[in-house]
Amino acid sequence: MSEVLRAEGVTRELPEPAAVTLVRDVTLSIQGGEFVSIQGPSGSGKSSLLYLLGLLDVPTAGRIWLDGIDTSTLDDDQLAAARLGKLGFVFQFHFLLVEFSVLDNVLLPMDRLGRLAAPARRERAEQLLVDLGLGDYLHRTPDRLSGGQRQRVAIARALANEPLIILADEPTGNLDSAASNAVRDLFSELARDGQRAVVTVTHDPDFARAGDRVIHIVDGRIVRDT
Amino acid sequence: MSMLGIVLGVAFFLAISSLMRGSEADFIQRMVDSAPHITVSDEYRHPPVQPARRHFVNAAVTLRGLEPKTETRGIRGYKQKLASIAALPGVRVAPVLTGQAIITSAGRDRGVTMSGVVPQLMAGVSDIDDKMVVGTLDELSANPNGIIIGRKLAEKLFLQWGDNLTLSAPTGIVRTLKIVGLFETGTTSIDEGHAYVLLKRAQTLLGRHDRANRLVLQLDDPYHARAVAAQIETRIGYRAQSWQEASENILSVLFVRNVIMYTVVSAILVVASFGIFNVISTVVLEKRRDIAILKSIGFRARDLRRVFLIQGVLIGGCGSLIGTVAGLGLMQVLAGIEIRPPGMNETVHLPIYWGVDQLLIAAGFALFSAVAAAWLPARKAGAVHPVDILRGGMA
Repeated sequence: MSEVLRAEGVTRELPEPAAVTLVRDVTLSIQGGEFVSIQGPSGSGKSSLLYLLGLLDVPTAGRIWLDGIDTSTLDDDQLAAARLGKLGFVFQFHFLLVEFSVLDNVLLPMDRLGRLAAPARRERAEQLLVDLGLGDYLHRTPDRLSGGQRQRVAIARALANEPLIILADEPTGNLDSAASNAVRDLFSELARDGQRAVVTVTHDPDFARAGDRVIHIVDGRIVRDT
Repeated sequence: MSMLGIVLGVAFFLAISSLMRGSEADFIQRMVDSAPHITVSDEYRHPPVQPARRHFVNAAVTLRGLEPKTETRGIRGYKQKLASIAALPGVRVAPVLTGQAIITSAGRDRGVTMSGVVPQLMAGVSDIDDKMVVGTLDELSANPNGIIIGRKLAEKLFLQWGDNLTLSAPTGIVRTLKIVGLFETGTTSIDEGHAYVLLKRAQTLLGRHDRANRLVLQLDDPYHARAVAAQIETRIGYRAQSWQEASENILSVLFVRNVIMYTVVSAILVVASFGIFNVISTVVLEKRRDIAILKSIGFRARDLRRVFLIQGVLIGGCGSLIGTVAGLGLMQVLAGIEIRPPGMNETVHLPIYWGVDQLLIAAGFALFSAVAAAWLPARKAGAVHPVDILRGGMA
């Protein structure tokens, strides 16, 4: 397994007047195929760390390497390109575009990247949705799906561009136990094929245990990495 | 609603612009039709330098026994110059000798400007023949002692066509002339103060034999007058004044009027563009979550800016298109309105300018306003920080 993500001495402080340190001096490395869970109490900086690792936020100190590239050297457009091609996000709330159909939501990042031809993009999006048990809902809008179904659409969208890493922020936080178990199994499966790493922030100990590794965070610091 | 603002803005822009430019074109057309396109006068724009000054540069010299040469005023060798000008393509030219005279009849005197003309040539450069209410300009050729005066002057002097009147020239020569024609231009100063006689007769009365003091020109394309005037002035030396030069004050007033008009009608579109700004700002506010999602997926700031700019372009484009159609409808309605100007017996239609340029200006400005109005909220959309929104949740 090769290293896909590395953080060294990453710190994120909010500027004055609400000066708060969200993440303090975090150093970690994530290998391809790893299923990593980040746990910690509320307000400990789990999501902040995830946003930093996902290049949605920029550290005030330290560096992050994604697929061997020092992301501190990238401009906004290059960071966006890195998010588009190498990262996939799943949030607690599905964050789908409700005006778009399920299929269009999945097609969106593929259309933006344009790595595949249009028919191939459509074929891949449909296949992803079928694989996730959503073959009958391709043309429905997300508001006509259950919470679990929406989260699977979000996962399909995250997988659309074959990312190196899936980053998930409380992906089961809004689901019942059956749907949570299904999503957890799905993430395990995604990591198990060795092609991509999965990093999730979760409060759910069962979900965390399903991973290869659990990182505990308190007050923005890593206190345990097992 | 924001598109309605653009639609109304463009429609009123076109209606007002077409009216103002129509009236301007009508005014200029009347000006061009009723006056010579170029007048060559017996003056020099830059008087020639005197030989003594050329000889004694920067010197103060007393020349004794020098008498200024007395010369009959007028264009020297006007016939040759006339022929030279007439040879230019698209140009018609006629000589005129103008001077002051007093017309006396039934114990009443009236000062008039007397123009000596060659009727056949004058007919080609003046619309006076069209303004004749009795007789024609050609009657002067048939009767060398004939005179044509304005109908109003005739009324004031109790004269009629065929009557005789006495004309006194500044030279002291007095002649009895017969009224062979009456004209009416509608301009009181001309109708009461102008008279036409044969050029030869005017030369005799004014004591300026073989002279004309003006050459009046009409061009096939009056808008070339400035260039042709410059060409003539270079060729013959005398001052050649185009109608544009003669009317520079009026044309500058029209220009200022156009600037004011376009400023006012553009203000309508600027106000309308604020509607677009409001709408797109609201959309950006409502779509902050979607913007954050798209940014987290990997859309660039400029991709999102483009989305909202396209929205502005669509509103502006559709508004311009519908507004242009509505504006053309309004112009059609305005063109059908008949009015009777004060002092005129005939009704006239409102003059409307149908040029495509104003359609392009209106649509272009509307589109520009819409894009400019969309730019600020679009920039705001591009600057959305996804983490700020994603932290907030919202399913």
